[in-house]
Parts: sequence; C-alpha cells; structure tokens
Amino acid sequence: MRSGDQSALAELYDRYSSVVYAVALRVLGDSGAAEDVLQEVFLQLWRNPGAFDAARGSLGAWLAVITRNRSIDALRRRRPETDIEDVIVSVAPDLAAAADRSRAAEKVRGVLGSMPVPQRTALEMAYFEGMSHSEIASKTGEPLGTIKTRIRSGLLALRKAFQGG
Amino acid sequence: MTEHEQFAEDLALYALNVLEGEDRVQIEKHLATCSTCRVELEHLRGDGALLALSTVGPRPPQRARQRLLDSVAKEAAPALAQKTRQAGAPITVGARRSWWGVLGWAATAAILVFAASLWKENAALRQDVSTLRSLFGQQTVELEQARNVASAITNPGGERFTLVAVKAPPQPQGKAFYLRNRSNLVFVANNMPALPPQKAYELWLIPAQGAPIPAGVFKPDAHGSATVVNPPLPAGAEAKAFAITVENEAGATAPTMPIIMMGTGE
Repeated sequence: MRSGDQSALAELYDRYSSVVYAVALRVLGDSGAAEDVLQEVFLQLWRNPGAFDAARGSLGAWLAVITRNRSIDALRRRRPETDIEDVIVSVAPDLAAAADRSRAAEKVRGVLGSMPVPQRTALEMAYFEGMSHSEIASKTGEPLGTIKTRIRSGLLALRKAFQGG
Repeated sequence: MTEHEQFAEDLALYALNVLEGEDRVQIEKHLATCSTCRVELEHLRGDGALLALSTVGPRPPQRARQRLLDSVAKEAAPALAQKTRQAGAPITVGARRSWWGVLGWAATAAILVFAASLWKENAALRQDVSTLRSLFGQQTVELEQARNVASAITNPGGERFTLVAVKAPPQPQGKAFYLRNRSNLVFVANNMPALPPQKAYELWLIPAQGAPIPAGVFKPDAHGSATVVNPPLPAGAEAKAFAITVENEAGATAPTMPIIMMGTGE
C-alpha cells in the first residue's frame, strides 16, 4: 500500500467499504452523497497511506472516524476541519477481522439499548448529526452542563463494555 | 478540581469535533502541553469509532468499486509511465499467451506450484512487486500474472469445478479454479480426445441467470492435456457451473449442443 499497489487498495476496499458506506449513509441519509464520501475516503487513503499509523491501532476504527468526520463536514457544509494525518484513534478490541467487528457492533448496540434514552439521544445527536452541546441543549431543553456530561459518560460507557475482557 | 477534570468533558466534545468557540481554543492550548489529555483524546475518538462501527446499512453500489479503481488508475498512470520510460523497457500486454506456449505441460505445473508459494508471502511479495515494477517492465508483468494464476487456485474465496465426461470412459477430466472478484480463471484438462481439424473445445461459464458466457477456446496437445488461463470474463460473473462443447476453431458465442463435459462447484 505504501508504494501505491492498486490491488492492495482493492483488498482494503473489499474489507472496509461496507463500514465506510454505512457510516456515511447514516450521517448523510443520501446514497449519492454517501457514495461520494466513500470515494473520497479511499482516495485519500490511496494518496496518503502514511496518514494511518498501523502501529497505533485499528484501520477499521480509523476509517470509521475519518468517514464520520468527513460526512459531518459534508452535512454541515463546511470545509474539513482536521487533516487526516492528525487523527489518531485508539480502541481496545481487535477489530481486524470482520467477525470481531461484527461482535463489537453487537456489543455496542447492546450498550446503547440499555443506556437511558436522553443519554443515548444526546450521544447520537453529537455523533451522527455533528450537533454541538449548545445545539443539543436548545433542541432538548436540557441544561448545557447536563448535555456535556451525558456525552462524555456515553462514550465512557462504550469504552467500559470492552474493558476487562 | 484538577486541570484534567476541568477539561474532561470538553475533551469528549472535542474528540467528536463538536466543541466550538472559546472552549475549543482553550482545550487546544491545553492539549499542546498535556500528553495525558492527548492520549485520552485518542481513546475518546476510539469510543466514537465504536459507535460508528455499530452502524448497520446496505452495501455500497457495485459500481463504486470500479469507479474508485478507475480514479486510482488515472492517478497512478502518469508516475508509472514515467518510471517505465526511465527503465527503458516497454511493457507488452500480449506476452501472456506466448509465455504459456513456450513452456511444456510439466513445467507449467511446476510454475503453478511455485506461483502459489509466492502468493503466500503476502506482505513481502507486495514490497517486491512494487520494487520490481519500477525496475523491470516485462518480468513484472509476468510475475503479476503468476500471482493472478496462483490466487485463482489458492485463495480460499476461489471456487473449484471438476468436470467429468457425461458419457462412459475413457475419462477426460477438467478442473476449473475461479476467483470471482478478480475474474481470474485457470482451467486445466486431461485425457481430452483429439479433435478433427478446424474444430476446438470451448469452455463456458454457466451463470446463475442468463446465457452461458464464453470462457476460452482450446485444443488438447498430443497427450490430451490443455489449459485455459485468465480468459476475458465479465467482472464478478457468478458461476453456477462450467461446461465444455465442441465448436469450430474460431469459437462460438453460444454453445453448440451437446454439452460434452460439465461440473458444478465443490
């Protein structure tokens, strides 16, 4: 991949395109726009394979974050805020194999399902709609501080599900 | 309250790119000097990634893959062309057929085994291939072809079809190794009866739906052996079975009955 091998890109596409497309579609709700983000993410990876540091973690998680960020930028019609080189993502579970990603996804959905609804809502608004805490607070009528706390504890609850084996 | 606790909630919002204004300026200043918070930022992004990865949705449209590869080919081509001009060796695409023709049957089998073991050295091979690519034109093309051949045989995703004669012995036998997502097909046959002049065998890919697809025309050698390697096939064609008919030398676009050999996937 570092020397620009096209068949290596094709293999990465075959492995991760479903994840990338699913995230983009969830954020944008439009298949054409999601497909554009899909192209963009893989083209960025092709042009700059060094942007992902394999020693630092999971390519699947990194791609998911890059895709979500680009999709939110497209949704909110703003220029990309961070250079993909600066984005480092650390996850606890090993997500290299599709089966592991599938199990992790099940676990996450379980955690979300048992989360208090206002917490889940705040987390999803921030993550999938890119809403700031003040926008969420206006929309839900809850205090700013409460929203901030909910988002942080929501993320930590996800992390906790994968700790301790 | 320590500085870290003070920033803890803002850090979570920052990890999700939703922190704005003065809060954001402050936390970026803090991050510049605090490695503990930078590490926590990475973990918070990871927590967000778990949320993203739990998304379910339809697969992307089929065309998206080719669209990507076409864009990438356009971008790669100028650099590659430059490198081959520098190397001084032209790349001849038609080399494939003459390469197989030069080798006898026994040597062919040895090459297939060799190519299969090359394929297993995945990472090292890619590095080698890309180094070779920039230095050796023709030989790199042949190495790539050997990899394609081997991948059809050794890839766990590849399909195998064994064809046996529909009627009684002698026992012609054929094996087709098909890797659908790369349209790699290697077909080897033994004990094929000799044909009258101006006739040839034709291999067909029988899809789940639609007409049989031509997959190569071949004549057996003096021993009754034959091979077909990577004939042009429509991308991603799903093979329910492979079959053989007898056609005129030039081949046909639709099979002429009877089907003399056929096999479904193992």
